[in-house]
Parts: sequence; C-alpha cells; structure tokens
Amino acid sequence: MNNLKQNITSIVQKTALALLIATSVTGAACAAGGAIKGAPEAKYVDWSWAGVFGTFDRAQLQRGYQVYKEVCASCHSMDLIKFRNLNEAGGPEFSEAQVKTLAAEYEIEGGPDAEGEMFTRPRLPKDPFPAPFANKNAAMASNGGAFPPDLSLIAKARGHYSFKDLFMGRDGLVGGPNYVYNLLTGYEDEVPQYILDHDKEVNAKALEAYNKALVEYNEAGDNSLRKPDAPTPHNFDLGESSFNNHFSGNKISMSQPLSEDSVEYTDGTKATLEQHAEDVSTFLIWAAEPKMEERKRIGIKILLYLIILAGLMYAVKRRIWENVRH
Amino acid sequence: MADTGKVKEPGRRDFLYIATGAFGALGVGVGAWPLLDQMNPDASVKALASIEVDISTVGVGESLTVNWRGKPIFIRHRTAEEIKTSVNTPLSDLKDPEEDSARAEKPEWLIMVGVCTHLGCIPLGEAGKYNGWFCPCHNSVYDTAGRIRSGPAPKNLEIPEYSFISDTKIKIG
Amino acid sequence: MSGHSTYVPKSDAGKWLEKRLPIISLLHGAAVSMPNPRNLNYWWVFGGIALFMLIVQVVTGIVLAMHYTPHADMAFNSVEHIMRDVNWGWLLRYTHANGASMFFVAVYIHILRGMYYGSYKAPREVLWLLGMLIYLLMMATGFMGYVLPWGQMSFWGATVITNFFEVVPFIGDDIRILLWGGFAVDNPTLNRFFSLHYLLPFVILGVVILHIWALHVPGSNNPLGVEAKSKQDTLSFHPYFTMKDLYGIVLFAIILFYFVFFNPNFMGHPDNYIPANSLVTPAHIVPEWYYLPFYAILRAIPSKAGGVAGMFGSILILFVVPWLDTSKIRSANFRPAYRIFFWIFVANGLLLGYFGQVSTTDNFLGIAGVTNLVVSQMSTIYYFGFFVIILPVLGLIEKTKPLPNSISEAVLGAEGAAAEAAEQKA
Repeated sequence: MNNLKQNITSIVQKTALALLIATSVTGAACAAGGAIKGAPEAKYVDWSWAGVFGTFDRAQLQRGYQVYKEVCASCHSMDLIKFRNLNEAGGPEFSEAQVKTLAAEYEIEGGPDAEGEMFTRPRLPKDPFPAPFANKNAAMASNGGAFPPDLSLIAKARGHYSFKDLFMGRDGLVGGPNYVYNLLTGYEDEVPQYILDHDKEVNAKALEAYNKALVEYNEAGDNSLRKPDAPTPHNFDLGESSFNNHFSGNKISMSQPLSEDSVEYTDGTKATLEQHAEDVSTFLIWAAEPKMEERKRIGIKILLYLIILAGLMYAVKRRIWENVRH
Repeated sequence: MADTGKVKEPGRRDFLYIATGAFGALGVGVGAWPLLDQMNPDASVKALASIEVDISTVGVGESLTVNWRGKPIFIRHRTAEEIKTSVNTPLSDLKDPEEDSARAEKPEWLIMVGVCTHLGCIPLGEAGKYNGWFCPCHNSVYDTAGRIRSGPAPKNLEIPEYSFISDTKIKIG
Repeated sequence: MSGHSTYVPKSDAGKWLEKRLPIISLLHGAAVSMPNPRNLNYWWVFGGIALFMLIVQVVTGIVLAMHYTPHADMAFNSVEHIMRDVNWGWLLRYTHANGASMFFVAVYIHILRGMYYGSYKAPREVLWLLGMLIYLLMMATGFMGYVLPWGQMSFWGATVITNFFEVVPFIGDDIRILLWGGFAVDNPTLNRFFSLHYLLPFVILGVVILHIWALHVPGSNNPLGVEAKSKQDTLSFHPYFTMKDLYGIVLFAIILFYFVFFNPNFMGHPDNYIPANSLVTPAHIVPEWYYLPFYAILRAIPSKAGGVAGMFGSILILFVVPWLDTSKIRSANFRPAYRIFFWIFVANGLLLGYFGQVSTTDNFLGIAGVTNLVVSQMSTIYYFGFFVIILPVLGLIEKTKPLPNSISEAVLGAEGAAAEAAEQKA
C-alpha cells in the first residue's frame, strides 16, 4: 500500500517534471525568435474581451465596422459576413432598422426577373458585405500585383496561440488581433536606424569572414581551397513598398491605411491611430469568431456544472470504496 | 466489506446516490439538446424566412407561383365570378368551414401555400369540379377560395402570414 | 466476455430473451460482474476515458456531417457556415476538433500505462495488438478529418502525407495517383477522405469491442503485475470500477471543455483559417501535435525513403513490443532500471514532439554548433534503441525487486488476506 502510494507520487512527480521540461523547452524556443536587435517590441494589447468573462464593447465594434467600411473595404472583402450579422447578439448589435439602412447603401445583382433579365437591387440584411473587386485577378491588378486578403477570418488566421495566454486564462485568440493592431500601428515613414545598423553589422560580419577565408586561401597557396567570393553588401531596399516594424521582412505592399482622424467617429471618441487600430482589430476578431460571447457564457455554466458533478462523483466513489482496501 | 455505513445512516447514503444520479442525468439531458437543436432551421435559413413579391404584373384571372421557404406560394388574382361563387357557397357545404373573407385580406388577391393538406403534393390550378385546384396525387378538390370540397385532404389550403406593403407589393412571412 | 456473468434473468421477458439471445448476460459479464484486480490505480481509468472520447467523436461527427459539404469549392465555407449559422454549430465543431486531441491524450496515456506496467506481456499480446490497430486507425482517421475543413494546413498536410507513398518501390507513383484520384490533392481526394473519415470510426468501434473481449479473457493487468489468483484479489467491475471510471471521465471532461469553451483553437493552427491554395505553401507546415514525434523522426533521417521508412517503422515497431521485451516481470515497480529507461523514453517522446515543430537547422536551445537536427537524430536513436536494445537486453540482465505472493497480500498484508478469505468463506 505505502509502496504503491510512493510509486504513484513518484510517477506524478516525474510526469510533472517531464511536462515542465517540455513546456520550458518550447517556451525558450519561442522566446529565442529571430528578431533584429533594436526593433521595437510588438505591443501586447490589453483587450477588454480577452478574459474568461470578457465581452465585446458594442460601441467599439460599431466604430470598428465604421473603420472597416470607410477605409479597409476599399481593398479588402469580407465574404463570410452578412449584414444581418451586424444585428445578431454578441456582435455590434446595430438595430434591425440600422442594419437595413446599412445594407441598402450597396447594391447586388438580383434576378432573373420575369423577362429573364438580371437587375440590381439594394442589398438586404441576408446579403453578404460587398466585395471591392470582382475577382482575385482584378484585385491584384488594382494593387500592383499584391492581393489584399479577405478579412472575414484574418484575426484567427494570423498570430499564434501561446502557452502564456493559456496559463493566464486568456482567450487564445488574442494573438491575431495583437498582430493586426501592431501591423496597423507599425508603419514608419523612413527606414529606421535599427535596420541600417543591422545591415552594417551583417556586412561587417560577412567582410570579416571573407577576409579570414582570404588569408587562409593565400596561406594554403595551392588549389586545395576555393578562392572565396567577395561578399555583396546587403542593403535594405524598400522599393515600392512601405516600411512596417511588425510585418515579416518589414516590407509591405499596403501603404499605411490608418492615421489620426482617418475616420470621423460619430460617438465623439478621439480618432487617434491607436484607437482606430484597436477598434478595427476588435471588429475583425468578432467577425472571425462571432459566437465568442455565447461560447464563454455557456462555458462558465458547463464548467461549473462539471466541477460540482465531479465533487458529487468523488463523494459517491469514496462511499463505495470506503471499506475496501486497495 | 462489512457495510456498516448503511446501518448507521440509511438516508444519507441513498440521498447522495440519488442526487448524483439526478445531477448526472440533468447533464446528459442538457448535453443532448444541442445535438437535437442543430437540426432546426439555421440562421441563414431563418434570414430568408420573409420575401417581398411584386404583384403588379399579375392580371385579373392570372396566377403567380413564388418560392417561399422551399414551398410554392400561389398568388391568384381572382375574377369577380370566382369571388362571387366562393362567397355564395354555404358553409354547410364545406368540410373545413371558413368564410371567403377569412381566406383573403383583399378579395381579389388569394394567397395560399400551394401544398395539398393531404400528403404534400402540389395541386393544379384552375382545375377540378369547382374550377379551383385539383390535386392529382389522390384526387383532392379545392374551390376558388382554396377550400377543400372533396377527396381525402382534411383541411383547406394553408394561408401564409402576409401583408400588403403597397397595392402592388406583398410581403410573405 | 460472458464467462464471468452471474446474471440470472428474473422476469419472464428476461428469461425469454436470454434463451434466444443472451445479450444481457453478455453485457452483465462485461460491465457488472467482471472481476477486476482490486489494486488498480487511476492510470487504469484512461481506457474508459478513451472509449468515452470515441463516443463523443462519433456523435459530434455524425451531427457535423449533416451540415458539412465535401466539395473542394464549398468545404471551407460549409465549415464556416457550421461555425456561424448552424444552431450550436460552433460548439459541435469545437468539441469534435478538441475532442480529437483529447482522444489522443487519453490513448497516449493508456499506451504508456501499458508499457510501464508491462500490460502487453503474455497472455495479453493480442489485447496489445488490437490496441495498436486502434491507434493506427485513429491516426488515419485523425489525419483525414484534419483535411476536411480544406484550409491551408489541411491541403498541405494532405499533400505531404500522401507524398510519403511515393517512396514505395516501383508502384509508389501509382499509389499516389490512386490516393489522389488525380495528379495532385484535389476535389476527388477530399471526397474520398470524407467517406473514409466517416467509415473508419465504426471500424475502430468494432476493434474496440474485440479489444474489450481480449481484455476480458485474461482480465486486467494491475500495478503489481501479479495475476489475480483468488477471489479476494478482485472486486466486481460494478460498482467499484464503473464509479471510478465515471469519476475519471468527468475530470477529463473538465479539461476537454475548458479547451472547447475558453481556448478552442489552442491545439489547432492559424493557417487552417486560410482557404486551401494549391499555389502557395504556408511558411511552416506542422502536423497536428499528436503526430509530431513521428514527424520529427521523418525529418531526422536525411533521405526521403529513409525518413518515411523510419516514420512508419517507429509506429510499426510498437506492434512487436510483446516479443521484444524479455523480462518475465511485468510491472516497472519491480524493475528499477527499466523504470529509469521508461521515463527517459517518455521525456524523449516529448522532446521528439518538440523537434516535430521547430526548424531542423536552428540551434538546439540556442546552443551554438548544436543543431536541432543532430539532437533529434540522437532522440530517434534512443526511440528505436529503447525497443530493439533496451527491452530485449535489460530483461536478461537487470536485477529486479521481489514480487509479492498475491495482490491481496500486498494490499491487505498477509494477515489481512487470510482474515478476508476466512470472512468470505463464512
């Protein structure tokens, strides 16, 4: 009996240890990402909806929709979102009449009518958001060969789920909105100094290695070594792109879409760049995960139920086993 | 394995078992609901639940059939003759007695779900003994107000929820 | 399964049925009166948990199939339709997706428990083989299920895995084309994967029944690894182990539903929310976490055929474990040396899982000069070495601890066992 207990304890301890090693290994590897020295760190936004009890701020979602509609929508589609979603619970919750008006601002092809003709009619709540381009080729042709991705799921398709969020009880979804936020606020007018410094450093290292190899080559004096090639200097060239601190490779085809007062908020909120970015990121995570509020609300009840049930089951199990040695 | 607990406290042990069983059964019941409810019409189906129809092109004595919730809706612009025969039919002749005025908000416009109340076939228009509708599946005959007159169907053709948005436009559903 | 039944029908209807189809006494023998070693610890509840997870997957899967469209043009949007429009669709899909992961968690613990306590040794070899068959079928089912949402990871996962078969000599290319139904992963591939993804769980269910049957012939192993000999070594399955298993299932369900409700995408991959695109490969292709150790072995071997052979070999070698282990002692509790190698094996497996998702050319933990590739190769060597060297050799040379005479003696002490035996006689 005692022996067994010890064994179980030791098994538990060892499993815990193994798990700890595995997670710390993973964690260390994640931390050791290849960021350039001096690059600004991505901001970890304190999202109001991220916690276990977190819900969306309706006004923020409505502002976010306004940003999407007035800025993003000129290039980015949101094919999966229908106007009726704007009225549904857990979303921006525009009124039914508001949604009808919002939808009717756009037209859609209807028909065929009795004569077999197609016609245009105003959009209804059941219709999807209009797409800015007829197809992918048209979108690429209008954007210098770059394709503006559909934004319906972008907040779930970017960013990564981290152990940190898991252990903090945060919704694993924060990675995507964090990415969108940092991307939108991460533009620079000129290539920043840390990139130039990095180039310098890389070039110096390459030159050093070249000189060293050259000395070895000359010392060998025979054909046993290949003559090293002089390194081509590496210089960051922005070309037609814009500079962004948080985009992979720092060169992005999308020029800075948002700045102060890009959108005039009707609710009096100060339209700073950060406010725009936060609002539209929140709108996009709602669009990607429209049932988040329902999910958490029900989840709390289900988990509470299961915990109580587990307690009861434990009591029953103990009762059954109380006079049995095992 | 002497069961001393039972002798000491007969009630408490049973109560624990019953409470746990009931609590567990509750969970199973609640858990079964999503599995069942997922078969109900989803949000995209419900969003299509009402349609608007332009009836300006339907002349007197003409009909229009539109699709609503996957079922045909008969929109009949009735002639004065049709209205008259229907209004003059004594209720005692009817299997499912209903006044003509209860069948049509505006007498000239008869709007019905075009599904036979027998077993769901689509009746043919301007047919049958009463020049109303006739269901070829099992010979149910409806009159010019869509009321069942003979055959196996138990009820009159169903009237959907509708309203006139204007003189030429109706909203069904 | 029937051997243990003490069921005697009481009602006339019961007697009538018993004479014609003794199904109630069969079930009674399997789940009520079956004698189980009294000393089973909580590691033994994972079999029941795995069965529970299988049922969860089958039920949610059947329901999801009512809304899913297995067509390359519509699959992605139909999954989003489930997530957005279908009543409770998000709950059903998240439960199915996370349920797959948790099913593997339960099965991995179940397998490792078997390895720690030597549950595969005679006379339980067939039980082990059937279990491994279930595991193999699960991997196939899980893989095909992951393809169905038709996101980027679905598509490229399918492409990578089906390309494994190209290394088969002579007919490799034909096999690939046969699997695809075309010259690349496309709509025919998706269609057949859906069909098989629906079929295989029922095959698994069938093998599970055989697995339980094979369990009931010799009965459960136990933490001591000493066969149950007398009546006081065992307890009836019900209520003792039904209650313990149910309690374990509820605890496990808490973890499952934590993920479903509060971190439903944690075990998934963001790229799978991008529709499949046959012209662009995602930057990092990573399989589902439960395949990562095997994927690491694939990548550790620097030749295509060798990698594929190593990967399949690492799974197939599990089938012959009962014949590789030469030790007569089952439980690692009495094999101090084996216990150490076992836990290294577990840690090594986790490490392989880590290597399955990092770049092979990066340095291991940032240590200069030591690439992940080199360390993952050592891990791979240990993985195979554990089976082909440690298991056969250790059994012959290790010094084991003395075994107790019986379960009841170990649990109750010699006097207690005698007393209980006397009590039962009386």
